[in-house]
Amino acid sequence: MKLFILTVMNGLTLAALYFLVASGFTLVFGLMRNVNLAHGSLYLLGGYVGFNVAEWTGSWFLGVAGGFLGMAIVGAILQVAIFRRMQGQDLRQTLVTIGLSIVLADLMLAVWGGDTYQFDPPSWLSGPVTLMAHPVVKYPLYRLVLFLSAVVIGIGLWLLLNKTRIGMMIRAGVDDRGMLSASGVNVQRVFAITFALGAGLAGFAGVVGGTALSIAPGEDTRYLLASLVVVIVGGMGSVTGAAIGATLIGLAEQLGLVYSPTYGVVYTFLIMVAVLAFRPQGIMGRAA
Amino acid sequence: MTMTTTGPAAKPALPSWMKPIRPQHVLTALFLIAYPLVASPFWTVQIGAQALFLGVIALSLMFLAGYGGMVSLSQMTVAGVAGYMVAVFGTNATHPLFNWPLWAAVPAAVVIATAFAVLVGIISVRTSGIYTIMITLAIGVAAFYFAQQNYAIFNGHSGFAGLPSPVGFGLNWRDPMPFYYMSLAVAAVSYFAVLYVSRSTFGVGLQAIRDNARRMNALGFNVNLHRVVAHGFAGLIASVGGLLYVWMNGRISPGTIEVGPVIDILVIAVIGGLRHPIGPFVGAVLFVLMENFAIDLISPERFNTLIGLIFLVIVLVSPDGLLGLWRLVSDRVRAGGMANGGAGRQWRKDWRKGQ
Repeated sequence: MKLFILTVMNGLTLAALYFLVASGFTLVFGLMRNVNLAHGSLYLLGGYVGFNVAEWTGSWFLGVAGGFLGMAIVGAILQVAIFRRMQGQDLRQTLVTIGLSIVLADLMLAVWGGDTYQFDPPSWLSGPVTLMAHPVVKYPLYRLVLFLSAVVIGIGLWLLLNKTRIGMMIRAGVDDRGMLSASGVNVQRVFAITFALGAGLAGFAGVVGGTALSIAPGEDTRYLLASLVVVIVGGMGSVTGAAIGATLIGLAEQLGLVYSPTYGVVYTFLIMVAVLAFRPQGIMGRAA
Repeated sequence: MTMTTTGPAAKPALPSWMKPIRPQHVLTALFLIAYPLVASPFWTVQIGAQALFLGVIALSLMFLAGYGGMVSLSQMTVAGVAGYMVAVFGTNATHPLFNWPLWAAVPAAVVIATAFAVLVGIISVRTSGIYTIMITLAIGVAAFYFAQQNYAIFNGHSGFAGLPSPVGFGLNWRDPMPFYYMSLAVAAVSYFAVLYVSRSTFGVGLQAIRDNARRMNALGFNVNLHRVVAHGFAGLIASVGGLLYVWMNGRISPGTIEVGPVIDILVIAVIGGLRHPIGPFVGAVLFVLMENFAIDLISPERFNTLIGLIFLVIVLVSPDGLLGLWRLVSDRVRAGGMANGGAGRQWRKDWRKGQ
């Protein structure tokens, strides 16, 4: 029972992380039809940048802000310098992001080496809390906070997309880019803002995820896979779908790891296949 | 076909098609055959044979992407499945399971890998375009994690080592020269098979589906079946390439199918060019040369930065890879230095004429 509760909690923590990474991925895809395969690299780079900022300033919170802002700037630069120049060329954009992820992974290895980095969150965030009295189940407070912050960000994103003017523009851009542009909206600016937001979320996840787990080379691939599967399962361009997909995949991964260690990945894979068999567009996705 | 039409529709295999053979094709064939006689063992195996079998694996991607419009990133995974299966069923030093002789293990490996490719096809053809990339990449990465954490079949992190070299006809086929000729034979057969299939009824149907799937569907073609069969055919090619891969190295581990090598195959196919079966081999030669000599240009650890930048430049400059660049240049030369903006379109026209 205790093992089960802890596993579910770990699964939810992982789901929270996956959601943070995948929501940025899905947002960018939904609007720009750009599968940003460098998204995992942004996660890892955000983690490293946040680590350095936290080291210099001594403040973990500034590290989180650094990870978010750093990647938001990188994202905006990518959008303005590269993707704007090849709009509508899906395959080319995707290939470019693959090239970028190769170069970024290698340069990060050159700068930060092969070591594993561990953050020090503020002490009042890091103790254990008692979840249950009989039997005694304790869980790190930090991970609960991580889960809650993902929920808050998820609600925030939903409100941003559904209740604000910029969200209205983004949704309109998802449906009909040409019409939005024709009605006098600076579509390029909407693109840049969305890309910055999506990339920033990846950087943010890099720091908070790196604090819950750790950051090391190879994490970029892991979170890229997670984003891909979450978005395939949840449906492209849907934040709600990303939340559902992340919950399914996070739980499946942790439960699989504990109850059938050498076949854990198979569950993730089976969920993806099952969704594709019955709803090729994903759980919350709309048919193309 | 007129005298001015050189280019893609070349190197036919049958006498009735011998008309378009040109001197440069004969020279290329002679060079490839004579190459190991003059090259050192390093150049024969590390450069020559490796470029050939990486080219074969990339060729399977070119077939899917160029003729089928499906960019599948799981081709290295298919090759890896073949490699893993020949280790699982055959003999190996680390984790012996079946110890079948080679004549039984090799067909088993090829059949299983091809079946895996068909399965990938069945899963991925439910979506199209950019989703295909995502799903096949997800399958590839999931296969890597599975191989890494499964010890019962895949022997986990360490994989298999000590695979015996194939012997037969009194030769050790891992020796430089036999291995090179084996790779060359596989590459030639795969290359001509792809050319042949691309001109068959099936291949023409596949290309028509690439251009307009809805129309072909309305005309009564089974679009998904064509695509799944294409995955199967490409899987067959990739799995033979995978066998050469493990025979050269004598071992296979999750590192063989991790995301790096998976992307390398895409890089090879794209920098060579996805429009003609020769592209992947051109890309593979360039890739292997850089992999081995990047050490002289920049530090060996930064090989990935170099190859990534070259990939980026080629994607940004020429969507059709080195073949596209070559075509562009030769068109300009032929046009007497005139600016030729429609070179790509002209090429496509020629290419169709050559079909």
